[in-house]
Amino acid sequence: MTCPVNGARAISEFVCGGELRAMPDPDTASDATWSDYVFNRNSVPAVKREWWCHTPSGVWFIAERDTATDAIQRTYLYEAGLTT
Amino acid sequence: MPVRLLKFALSRKHPEARMFTRHEQLQPSYDVVIIGGGGHGLAAAYYLARDHGIRNVAVLEKGYLGGGNTARNTTIIRSNYLTPEGVRFYDESVRLWQDLSTDFDLNLFYSTRGHFTLAHTDAAMRTMRWRAEVNKHFGVASEAVDAQAVREALPMMDITCGGHAPVVGALYHAPGAIARHDAVAWGYGRGADRRGVEIHQNTEVFAIELEDKGSGPAVVGVITNRGRIATRKVLCAVAGSTPRLLNMVGLRSPIYIHPLQAMVSEPIKPWLDPIVVSASLHVYVSQSARGELVMGASLDPYELHSTRSTLDFAESLAAHMLDMFPFLSDVKVNRQWAGMADMTPDFAPIMGLTPVRGFYLDSGWGTWGFKATPVCGKTMSYTVARDEPHPLIQGFSLDRFGRYALTGEKGAASVGH
Repeated sequence: MTCPVNGARAISEFVCGGELRAMPDPDTASDATWSDYVFNRNSVPAVKREWWCHTPSGVWFIAERDTATDAIQRTYLYEAGLTT
Repeated sequence: MPVRLLKFALSRKHPEARMFTRHEQLQPSYDVVIIGGGGHGLAAAYYLARDHGIRNVAVLEKGYLGGGNTARNTTIIRSNYLTPEGVRFYDESVRLWQDLSTDFDLNLFYSTRGHFTLAHTDAAMRTMRWRAEVNKHFGVASEAVDAQAVREALPMMDITCGGHAPVVGALYHAPGAIARHDAVAWGYGRGADRRGVEIHQNTEVFAIELEDKGSGPAVVGVITNRGRIATRKVLCAVAGSTPRLLNMVGLRSPIYIHPLQAMVSEPIKPWLDPIVVSASLHVYVSQSARGELVMGASLDPYELHSTRSTLDFAESLAAHMLDMFPFLSDVKVNRQWAGMADMTPDFAPIMGLTPVRGFYLDSGWGTWGFKATPVCGKTMSYTVARDEPHPLIQGFSLDRFGRYALTGEKGAASVGH
Protein backbone atom coordinates (compact mmCIF):
# COMPACT_ATOMS: atom_id res chain seq x y z
CA MET A 1 0.00 0.00 0.00
CA THR A 2 1.27 3.44 -0.91
CA CYS A 3 0.55 6.08 1.70
CA PRO A 4 0.18 9.50 -0.02
CA VAL A 5 2.48 11.02 2.64
CA ASN A 6 4.90 8.20 3.60
CA GLY A 7 5.15 6.26 0.34
CA ALA A 8 5.03 2.48 -0.07
CA ARG A 9 4.79 0.66 3.27
CA ALA A 10 3.98 -2.88 4.43
CA ILE A 11 0.26 -3.64 4.50
CA SER A 12 0.53 -4.54 8.19
CA GLU A 13 1.03 -0.82 8.94
CA PHE A 14 -2.42 0.04 7.59
CA VAL A 15 -5.96 -0.20 8.92
CA CYS A 16 -9.05 -0.14 6.73
CA GLY A 17 -11.74 2.34 7.80
CA GLY A 18 -14.43 1.05 5.46
CA GLU A 19 -16.02 2.34 2.30
CA LEU A 20 -16.34 6.09 1.72
CA ARG A 21 -20.05 6.84 2.17
CA ALA A 22 -22.15 9.98 2.31
CA MET A 23 -23.91 10.46 5.66
CA PRO A 24 -27.52 11.64 5.44
CA ASP A 25 -28.39 14.65 7.63
CA PRO A 26 -29.26 13.05 11.01
CA ASP A 27 -31.71 15.87 11.82
CA THR A 28 -33.85 15.35 8.75
CA ALA A 29 -33.29 11.70 7.78
CA SER A 30 -36.17 9.29 8.36
CA ASP A 31 -35.61 6.23 10.57
CA ALA A 32 -35.51 4.06 7.46
CA THR A 33 -32.89 6.22 5.72
CA TRP A 34 -30.82 6.36 8.88
CA SER A 35 -30.89 2.58 9.49
CA ASP A 36 -29.96 2.06 5.84
CA TYR A 37 -26.94 4.30 6.41
CA VAL A 38 -25.97 2.78 9.74
CA PHE A 39 -26.33 -0.90 8.86
CA ASN A 40 -26.53 -1.59 5.16
CA ARG A 41 -23.42 -2.02 3.05
CA ASN A 42 -22.71 -2.42 -0.62
CA SER A 43 -20.88 -5.74 -0.46
CA VAL A 44 -20.90 -6.62 -4.14
CA PRO A 45 -17.27 -7.00 -5.27
CA ALA A 46 -16.10 -3.92 -7.21
CA VAL A 47 -13.46 -1.21 -7.26
CA LYS A 48 -14.36 0.84 -4.21
CA ARG A 49 -13.18 4.07 -2.55
CA GLU A 50 -12.19 3.24 1.00
CA TRP A 51 -10.79 5.05 4.01
CA TRP A 52 -7.41 3.70 5.08
CA CYS A 53 -5.08 4.84 7.84
CA HIS A 54 -1.30 4.55 8.01
CA THR A 55 -1.22 3.81 11.73
CA PRO A 56 2.41 4.72 12.63
CA SER A 57 1.89 8.26 11.32
CA GLY A 58 -1.89 8.55 11.72
CA VAL A 59 -2.48 9.61 8.12
CA TRP A 60 -6.03 8.97 6.88
CA PHE A 61 -6.43 8.80 3.12
CA ILE A 62 -8.51 7.29 0.33
CA ALA A 63 -7.58 4.10 -1.52
CA GLU A 64 -9.29 2.80 -4.63
CA ARG A 65 -9.19 -0.96 -4.26
CA ASP A 66 -10.71 -3.87 -6.16
CA THR A 67 -12.44 -5.94 -3.48
CA ALA A 68 -12.45 -9.01 -5.73
CA THR A 69 -8.69 -9.16 -6.35
CA ASP A 70 -7.29 -6.96 -3.54
CA ALA A 71 -5.45 -4.85 -6.18
CA ILE A 72 -4.92 -1.29 -4.96
CA GLN A 73 -5.34 1.04 -7.91
CA ARG A 74 -4.81 4.51 -6.50
CA THR A 75 -4.27 6.25 -3.16
CA TYR A 76 -4.66 9.96 -2.42
CA LEU A 77 -5.57 12.35 0.37
CA TYR A 78 -9.24 13.13 0.95
CA GLU A 79 -10.67 16.29 -0.54
CA ALA A 80 -14.02 17.72 0.43
CA GLY A 81 -16.79 16.81 -1.97
CA LEU A 82 -15.40 13.39 -2.83
CA THR A 83 -18.23 10.87 -3.04
CA THR A 84 -18.58 7.13 -3.39
CA MET B 1 -23.82 -50.84 10.45
CA PRO B 2 -21.43 -53.79 11.08
CA VAL B 3 -23.74 -56.13 9.10
CA ARG B 4 -23.77 -53.69 6.23
CA LEU B 5 -20.02 -53.39 6.38
CA LEU B 6 -19.64 -57.18 6.29
CA LYS B 7 -21.98 -57.44 3.29
CA PHE B 8 -20.02 -54.74 1.54
CA ALA B 9 -16.74 -56.51 2.21
CA LEU B 10 -18.04 -59.80 0.81
CA SER B 11 -19.83 -58.25 -2.16
CA ARG B 12 -18.43 -58.60 -5.65
CA LYS B 13 -20.02 -55.32 -6.70
CA HIS B 14 -17.39 -52.73 -5.87
CA PRO B 15 -17.54 -49.88 -5.51
CA GLU B 16 -20.86 -48.82 -4.00
CA ALA B 17 -23.36 -46.85 -6.04
CA ARG B 18 -22.45 -43.18 -6.43
CA MET B 19 -23.68 -40.84 -3.73
CA PHE B 20 -25.76 -38.71 -6.11
CA THR B 21 -27.60 -39.07 -9.39
CA ARG B 22 -26.16 -36.97 -12.18
CA HIS B 23 -28.89 -35.12 -14.08
CA GLU B 24 -27.98 -34.14 -17.65
CA GLN B 25 -30.80 -31.62 -18.05
CA LEU B 26 -32.48 -29.03 -15.89
CA GLN B 27 -36.27 -29.35 -15.80
CA PRO B 28 -38.21 -26.34 -17.14
CA SER B 29 -39.68 -25.71 -13.69
CA TYR B 30 -39.36 -26.69 -10.03
CA ASP B 31 -41.48 -26.03 -6.96
CA VAL B 32 -38.41 -24.80 -5.10
CA VAL B 33 -34.95 -23.82 -6.35
CA ILE B 34 -32.18 -23.81 -3.75
CA ILE B 35 -29.12 -21.79 -4.70
CA GLY B 36 -26.02 -23.14 -3.01
CA GLY B 37 -25.06 -26.80 -2.66
CA GLY B 38 -23.35 -26.56 0.70
CA GLY B 39 -24.49 -28.08 3.97
CA HIS B 40 -27.24 -25.51 4.53
CA GLY B 41 -28.78 -25.76 1.05
CA LEU B 42 -28.63 -29.55 0.98
CA ALA B 43 -30.07 -29.82 4.49
CA ALA B 44 -32.98 -27.61 3.46
CA ALA B 45 -33.56 -29.81 0.40
CA TYR B 46 -33.42 -32.94 2.58
CA TYR B 47 -35.99 -31.71 5.09
CA LEU B 48 -38.23 -30.23 2.36
CA ALA B 49 -38.43 -33.70 0.80
CA ARG B 50 -38.53 -35.69 4.04
CA ASP B 51 -40.70 -33.57 6.32
CA HIS B 52 -42.78 -31.42 3.97
CA GLY B 53 -43.31 -33.73 0.99
CA ILE B 54 -41.88 -31.19 -1.47
CA ARG B 55 -39.68 -33.25 -3.79
CA ASN B 56 -39.73 -31.27 -7.02
CA VAL B 57 -36.69 -29.34 -5.85
CA ALA B 58 -33.42 -28.39 -7.58
CA VAL B 59 -30.23 -27.56 -5.72
CA LEU B 60 -27.97 -25.41 -7.93
CA GLU B 61 -24.27 -25.29 -7.12
CA LYS B 62 -21.82 -23.08 -9.00
CA GLY B 63 -18.82 -25.27 -8.18
CA TYR B 64 -18.88 -28.70 -6.61
CA LEU B 65 -20.99 -29.96 -3.77
CA GLY B 66 -19.87 -28.88 -0.30
CA GLY B 67 -16.82 -27.06 -1.69
CA GLY B 68 -17.55 -23.70 -0.10
CA ASN B 69 -17.63 -22.86 3.58
CA THR B 70 -18.93 -26.36 4.40
CA ALA B 71 -15.44 -27.62 3.57
CA ARG B 72 -13.58 -24.60 4.91
CA ASN B 73 -14.73 -24.34 8.54
CA THR B 74 -13.04 -25.81 11.60
CA THR B 75 -15.95 -28.25 12.28
CA ILE B 76 -16.75 -27.09 15.81
CA ILE B 77 -20.29 -27.68 17.08
CA ARG B 78 -21.53 -25.94 20.24
CA SER B 79 -24.56 -24.14 21.63
CA ASN B 80 -23.03 -21.94 24.36
CA TYR B 81 -24.36 -18.70 22.91
CA LEU B 82 -25.28 -15.46 24.59
CA THR B 83 -28.78 -14.47 23.49
CA PRO B 84 -31.92 -16.54 24.26
CA GLU B 85 -32.64 -16.66 20.49
CA GLY B 86 -29.16 -18.01 19.81
CA VAL B 87 -29.09 -20.55 22.64
CA ARG B 88 -32.48 -22.07 21.75
CA PHE B 89 -31.54 -22.24 18.08
CA TYR B 90 -28.09 -23.83 18.45
CA ASP B 91 -29.29 -26.18 21.18
CA GLU B 92 -31.84 -27.62 18.75
CA SER B 93 -29.00 -27.93 16.23
CA VAL B 94 -26.80 -29.90 18.65
CA ARG B 95 -29.72 -32.27 19.33
CA LEU B 96 -30.16 -32.85 15.59
CA TRP B 97 -26.41 -33.41 15.16
CA GLN B 98 -26.35 -36.18 17.73
CA ASP B 99 -28.77 -38.37 15.70
CA LEU B 100 -27.52 -37.43 12.26
CA SER B 101 -25.17 -40.38 11.63
CA THR B 102 -28.02 -42.82 12.29
CA ASP B 103 -30.40 -40.69 10.26
CA PHE B 104 -28.06 -40.81 7.23
CA ASP B 105 -26.60 -44.28 7.81
CA LEU B 106 -23.28 -42.55 7.23
CA ASN B 107 -20.50 -42.08 9.77
CA LEU B 108 -20.06 -38.35 10.42
CA PHE B 109 -17.31 -38.99 13.00
CA TYR B 110 -19.37 -36.92 15.39
CA SER B 111 -17.18 -36.67 18.45
CA THR B 112 -18.24 -34.99 21.70
CA ARG B 113 -15.11 -33.46 23.19
CA GLY B 114 -16.08 -30.71 25.60
CA HIS B 115 -15.31 -27.11 24.77
CA PHE B 116 -13.25 -24.61 26.79
CA THR B 117 -13.51 -20.89 26.05
CA LEU B 118 -10.57 -19.45 27.96
CA ALA B 119 -10.85 -16.15 29.79
CA HIS B 120 -7.66 -14.16 30.30
CA THR B 121 -9.22 -11.12 31.96
CA ASP B 122 -11.87 -10.41 34.58
CA ALA B 123 -14.01 -8.77 31.89
CA ALA B 124 -13.92 -11.94 29.79
CA MET B 125 -14.73 -14.00 32.90
CA ARG B 126 -17.81 -11.86 33.47
CA THR B 127 -19.05 -12.66 29.93
CA MET B 128 -18.39 -16.36 30.60
CA ARG B 129 -20.56 -16.26 33.73
CA TRP B 130 -23.26 -14.43 31.78
CA ARG B 131 -23.18 -17.03 29.01
CA ALA B 132 -23.19 -19.87 31.56
CA GLU B 133 -26.29 -18.46 33.25
CA VAL B 134 -28.18 -17.89 29.98
CA ASN B 135 -27.20 -21.40 28.84
CA LYS B 136 -28.29 -23.07 32.08
CA HIS B 137 -31.59 -21.20 31.96
CA PHE B 138 -32.32 -22.88 28.63
CA GLY B 139 -31.07 -26.28 29.78
CA VAL B 140 -27.70 -26.14 27.98
CA ALA B 141 -24.76 -27.63 29.89
CA SER B 142 -22.31 -24.74 30.37
CA GLU B 143 -20.48 -23.62 33.44
CA ALA B 144 -17.88 -21.07 34.40
CA VAL B 145 -14.79 -22.80 35.80
CA ASP B 146 -11.64 -21.45 37.48
CA ALA B 147 -8.00 -21.63 36.39
CA GLN B 148 -7.41 -24.77 38.46
CA ALA B 149 -10.10 -26.67 36.57
CA VAL B 150 -8.54 -25.55 33.27
CA ARG B 151 -5.11 -26.69 34.48
CA GLU B 152 -6.47 -30.13 35.34
CA ALA B 153 -8.30 -30.54 32.04
CA LEU B 154 -5.43 -29.19 29.91
CA PRO B 155 -2.22 -30.17 31.73
CA MET B 156 -0.20 -29.72 28.52
CA MET B 157 -1.09 -26.05 28.22
CA ASP B 158 1.08 -23.20 29.48
CA ILE B 159 -1.52 -21.65 31.76
CA THR B 160 0.27 -18.28 31.66
CA CYS B 161 0.19 -18.31 27.83
CA GLY B 162 3.79 -17.21 27.44
CA GLY B 163 3.53 -15.04 30.53
CA HIS B 164 1.52 -12.28 28.91
CA ALA B 165 -2.07 -13.61 29.02
CA PRO B 166 -2.53 -15.84 32.09
CA VAL B 167 -5.75 -17.87 32.10
CA VAL B 168 -8.07 -16.80 34.92
CA GLY B 169 -10.89 -19.22 34.10
CA ALA B 170 -13.05 -20.53 31.31
CA LEU B 171 -16.52 -21.32 30.10
CA TYR B 172 -16.79 -25.11 29.91
CA HIS B 173 -19.41 -26.51 27.56
CA ALA B 174 -19.57 -30.31 27.80
CA PRO B 175 -21.63 -30.94 24.59
CA GLY B 176 -19.01 -29.19 22.42
CA ALA B 177 -18.19 -31.50 19.51
CA ILE B 178 -16.53 -31.84 16.14
CA ALA B 179 -17.69 -33.72 13.02
CA ARG B 180 -16.41 -34.59 9.59
CA HIS B 181 -17.72 -31.67 7.56
CA ASP B 182 -17.64 -33.16 4.03
CA ALA B 183 -19.71 -36.12 5.18
CA VAL B 184 -22.41 -33.75 6.39
CA ALA B 185 -22.89 -32.35 2.89
CA TRP B 186 -22.75 -35.84 1.37
CA GLY B 187 -25.21 -37.25 3.90
CA TYR B 188 -27.77 -34.52 3.31
CA GLY B 189 -27.14 -34.64 -0.44
CA ARG B 190 -27.59 -38.40 -0.67
CA GLY B 191 -30.71 -38.28 1.52
CA ALA B 192 -32.23 -35.53 -0.62
CA ASP B 193 -31.23 -37.28 -3.88
CA ARG B 194 -32.88 -40.52 -2.79
CA ARG B 195 -36.09 -38.61 -2.10
CA GLY B 196 -36.23 -37.11 -5.59
CA VAL B 197 -34.38 -33.81 -5.18
CA GLU B 198 -32.15 -32.94 -8.17
CA ILE B 199 -28.63 -31.75 -7.41
CA HIS B 200 -26.99 -29.80 -10.23
CA GLN B 201 -23.30 -29.01 -9.85
CA ASN B 202 -21.42 -26.60 -12.12
CA THR B 203 -24.64 -24.63 -12.44
CA GLU B 204 -24.25 -20.93 -11.87
CA VAL B 205 -27.11 -18.49 -11.34
CA PHE B 206 -26.81 -15.36 -13.50
CA ALA B 207 -30.11 -13.66 -12.67
CA ILE B 208 -33.34 -14.06 -10.75
CA GLU B 209 -36.51 -13.06 -12.61
CA LEU B 210 -39.08 -11.02 -10.72
CA GLU B 211 -42.56 -9.79 -11.61
CA ASP B 212 -44.61 -7.12 -9.91
CA LYS B 213 -48.38 -7.24 -10.29
CA GLY B 214 -48.92 -4.30 -7.98
CA SER B 215 -48.43 -6.13 -4.68
CA GLY B 216 -44.63 -5.95 -4.69
CA PRO B 217 -41.94 -7.99 -6.44
CA ALA B 218 -42.23 -11.78 -6.57
CA VAL B 219 -39.89 -14.49 -7.87
CA VAL B 220 -40.90 -16.15 -11.16
CA GLY B 221 -37.71 -17.72 -12.45
CA VAL B 222 -33.98 -18.24 -12.33
CA ILE B 223 -31.53 -17.78 -15.23
CA THR B 224 -28.54 -20.12 -15.11
CA ASN B 225 -25.61 -20.99 -17.34
CA ARG B 226 -27.63 -24.04 -18.37
CA GLY B 227 -30.87 -22.25 -19.19
CA ARG B 228 -33.95 -20.77 -17.56
CA ILE B 229 -35.97 -22.39 -14.78
CA ALA B 230 -39.48 -21.30 -13.81
CA THR B 231 -40.06 -21.28 -10.06
CA ARG B 232 -42.01 -19.31 -7.46
CA LYS B 233 -39.69 -20.08 -4.58
CA VAL B 234 -35.95 -19.53 -4.32
CA LEU B 235 -33.88 -20.24 -1.22
CA CYS B 236 -30.57 -18.40 -1.16
CA ALA B 237 -27.95 -20.34 0.85
CA VAL B 238 -24.69 -19.08 -0.64
CA ALA B 239 -22.69 -17.71 2.34
CA GLY B 240 -20.01 -15.38 0.95
CA SER B 241 -21.85 -14.83 -2.34
CA THR B 242 -25.01 -13.55 -0.63
CA PRO B 243 -24.51 -9.85 -1.53
CA ARG B 244 -24.24 -10.79 -5.21
CA LEU B 245 -27.50 -12.74 -5.06
CA LEU B 246 -29.24 -9.95 -3.13
CA ASN B 247 -28.09 -7.52 -5.80
CA MET B 248 -29.95 -9.64 -8.40
CA VAL B 249 -33.25 -9.07 -6.60
CA GLY B 250 -32.56 -5.44 -5.65
CA LEU B 251 -32.28 -5.95 -1.89
CA ARG B 252 -29.81 -4.26 0.44
CA SER B 253 -28.42 -5.87 3.59
CA PRO B 254 -25.84 -5.22 6.32
CA ILE B 255 -23.80 -8.25 5.21
CA TYR B 256 -20.11 -7.62 4.62
CA ILE B 257 -17.60 -10.15 3.31
CA HIS B 258 -14.24 -10.80 4.95
CA PRO B 259 -12.04 -13.84 4.39
CA LEU B 260 -11.68 -16.24 7.32
CA GLN B 261 -8.55 -18.37 7.24
CA ALA B 262 -7.69 -21.64 8.92
CA MET B 263 -4.92 -24.22 8.85
CA VAL B 264 -4.05 -27.74 9.99
CA SER B 265 -0.84 -29.22 11.33
CA GLU B 266 0.69 -32.49 10.27
CA PRO B 267 -0.94 -35.48 12.01
CA ILE B 268 0.44 -36.15 15.49
CA LYS B 269 -0.42 -38.59 18.29
CA PRO B 270 -3.67 -37.78 20.08
CA TRP B 271 -3.01 -35.43 23.00
CA LEU B 272 -5.75 -32.80 22.83
CA ASP B 273 -9.19 -34.09 23.71
CA PRO B 274 -11.25 -30.93 24.31
CA ILE B 275 -11.76 -28.08 21.91
CA VAL B 276 -9.90 -24.98 23.15
CA VAL B 277 -10.77 -21.41 22.28
CA SER B 278 -9.06 -18.23 23.35
CA ALA B 279 -10.70 -15.01 22.28
CA SER B 280 -7.82 -12.87 23.54
CA LEU B 281 -5.18 -14.88 21.69
CA HIS B 282 -7.38 -15.30 18.59
CA VAL B 283 -7.08 -19.09 18.55
CA TYR B 284 -9.45 -22.00 18.35
CA VAL B 285 -8.06 -25.47 18.07
CA SER B 286 -9.14 -29.10 18.17
CA GLN B 287 -7.46 -32.34 17.19
CA SER B 288 -9.19 -34.25 14.41
CA ALA B 289 -9.71 -38.02 14.20
CA ARG B 290 -6.69 -38.05 11.87
CA GLY B 291 -4.51 -36.40 14.50
CA GLU B 292 -4.22 -33.06 12.74
CA LEU B 293 -4.57 -29.92 14.81
CA VAL B 294 -7.35 -27.91 13.18
CA MET B 295 -6.69 -24.25 13.95
CA GLY B 296 -8.52 -21.04 13.22
CA ALA B 297 -8.26 -17.40 14.18
CA SER B 298 -10.00 -14.11 13.57
CA LEU B 299 -11.23 -12.65 10.31
CA ASP B 300 -8.95 -10.89 7.88
CA PRO B 301 -9.31 -7.21 8.71
CA TYR B 302 -10.85 -5.85 5.50
CA GLU B 303 -13.40 -6.67 2.79
CA LEU B 304 -12.24 -9.15 0.18
CA HIS B 305 -14.13 -11.57 -2.07
CA SER B 306 -11.38 -14.12 -2.37
CA THR B 307 -10.22 -17.34 -0.76
CA ARG B 308 -6.50 -16.56 -0.88
CA SER B 309 -4.26 -17.42 2.07
CA THR B 310 -1.65 -15.16 3.66
CA LEU B 311 1.65 -15.76 5.44
CA ASP B 312 0.71 -13.05 7.98
CA PHE B 313 -2.15 -15.23 9.13
CA ALA B 314 -0.09 -18.42 9.48
CA GLU B 315 2.64 -16.58 11.38
CA SER B 316 0.36 -14.86 13.84
CA LEU B 317 -1.74 -17.97 14.50
CA ALA B 318 1.38 -20.10 14.97
CA ALA B 319 2.79 -17.54 17.42
CA HIS B 320 -0.37 -17.63 19.51
CA MET B 321 -0.50 -21.43 19.39
CA LEU B 322 3.04 -21.50 20.78
CA ASP B 323 2.05 -19.15 23.60
CA MET B 324 -0.44 -21.81 24.68
CA PHE B 325 1.40 -24.98 23.66
CA PRO B 326 5.17 -24.28 23.45
CA PHE B 327 5.98 -27.97 22.89
CA LEU B 328 4.47 -27.72 19.39
CA SER B 329 7.40 -25.70 18.09
CA ASP B 330 8.66 -28.59 15.92
CA VAL B 331 5.26 -29.44 14.45
CA LYS B 332 4.74 -28.42 10.84
CA VAL B 333 1.75 -26.77 9.22
CA ASN B 334 0.28 -29.01 6.54
CA ARG B 335 -2.39 -26.95 4.83
CA GLN B 336 -3.83 -23.47 4.92
CA TRP B 337 -7.00 -22.14 3.29
CA ALA B 338 -9.70 -19.48 3.51
CA GLY B 339 -13.44 -19.07 3.13
CA MET B 340 -15.55 -15.99 2.49
CA ALA B 341 -17.50 -15.18 5.64
CA ASP B 342 -20.78 -13.25 5.31
CA MET B 343 -20.62 -11.15 8.47
CA THR B 344 -23.43 -9.19 10.12
CA PRO B 345 -23.19 -6.22 12.52
CA ASP B 346 -24.71 -8.16 15.45
CA PHE B 347 -23.03 -11.53 14.76
CA ALA B 348 -26.41 -13.24 14.36
CA PRO B 349 -27.57 -14.72 11.04
CA ILE B 350 -30.13 -13.28 8.64
CA MET B 351 -32.83 -15.85 7.91
CA GLY B 352 -36.38 -16.04 6.69
CA LEU B 353 -38.67 -14.06 4.41
CA THR B 354 -37.61 -10.97 2.47
CA PRO B 355 -39.52 -8.07 0.87
CA VAL B 356 -39.35 -10.08 -2.40
CA ARG B 357 -42.12 -12.71 -2.31
CA GLY B 358 -40.77 -16.20 -2.81
CA PHE B 359 -37.16 -15.18 -2.08
CA TYR B 360 -35.97 -16.75 1.17
CA LEU B 361 -32.67 -16.02 2.83
CA ASP B 362 -30.39 -18.29 4.83
CA SER B 363 -27.41 -16.00 5.22
CA GLY B 364 -25.25 -13.94 7.52
CA TRP B 365 -23.55 -17.13 8.63
CA GLY B 366 -20.21 -15.42 8.98
CA THR B 367 -17.92 -17.53 11.11
CA TRP B 368 -20.62 -19.58 12.87
CA GLY B 369 -22.51 -21.47 10.15
CA PHE B 370 -21.30 -25.09 10.24
CA LYS B 371 -22.71 -25.92 13.65
CA ALA B 372 -26.12 -24.62 12.55
CA THR B 373 -26.37 -26.78 9.42
CA PRO B 374 -29.09 -29.21 10.61
CA VAL B 375 -31.28 -26.65 12.34
CA CYS B 376 -30.99 -24.26 9.37
CA GLY B 377 -32.20 -27.02 7.07
CA LYS B 378 -35.09 -27.77 9.42
CA THR B 379 -36.19 -24.20 9.97
CA MET B 380 -35.64 -22.97 6.40
CA SER B 381 -37.55 -25.92 4.91
CA TYR B 382 -40.44 -25.07 7.23
CA THR B 383 -40.17 -21.40 6.25
CA VAL B 384 -40.12 -22.15 2.52
CA ALA B 385 -42.89 -24.78 2.67
CA ARG B 386 -45.27 -22.62 4.70
CA ASP B 387 -44.16 -19.18 3.55
CA GLU B 388 -43.86 -18.07 7.18
CA PRO B 389 -40.78 -17.92 9.40
CA HIS B 390 -40.18 -20.85 11.76
CA PRO B 391 -40.60 -19.72 15.41
CA LEU B 392 -36.91 -20.44 16.13
CA ILE B 393 -35.66 -17.95 13.51
CA GLN B 394 -37.94 -14.99 14.18
CA GLY B 395 -35.14 -13.13 15.95
CA PHE B 396 -32.97 -13.41 12.83
CA SER B 397 -35.14 -11.64 10.24
CA LEU B 398 -33.70 -9.17 7.73
CA ASP B 399 -36.05 -6.39 8.86
CA ARG B 400 -34.60 -6.33 12.42
CA PHE B 401 -32.05 -3.74 11.30
CA GLY B 402 -34.75 -1.34 10.04
CA ARG B 403 -36.44 -1.73 13.45
CA TYR B 404 -33.15 -1.19 15.32
CA ALA B 405 -33.88 -4.51 17.09
CA LEU B 406 -30.58 -6.35 16.80
CA THR B 407 -29.80 -9.80 18.24
CA GLY B 408 -26.41 -9.07 19.82
CA GLU B 409 -24.38 -12.26 19.64
CA LYS B 410 -20.87 -10.87 19.42
CA GLY B 411 -20.05 -11.88 23.01
CA ALA B 412 -20.45 -15.54 21.97
CA ALA B 413 -18.26 -15.38 18.87
CA SER B 414 -15.32 -17.65 19.44
CA VAL B 415 -12.69 -15.00 18.86
CA GLY B 416 -12.80 -11.22 19.09
CA HIS B 417 -13.18 -10.11 15.50
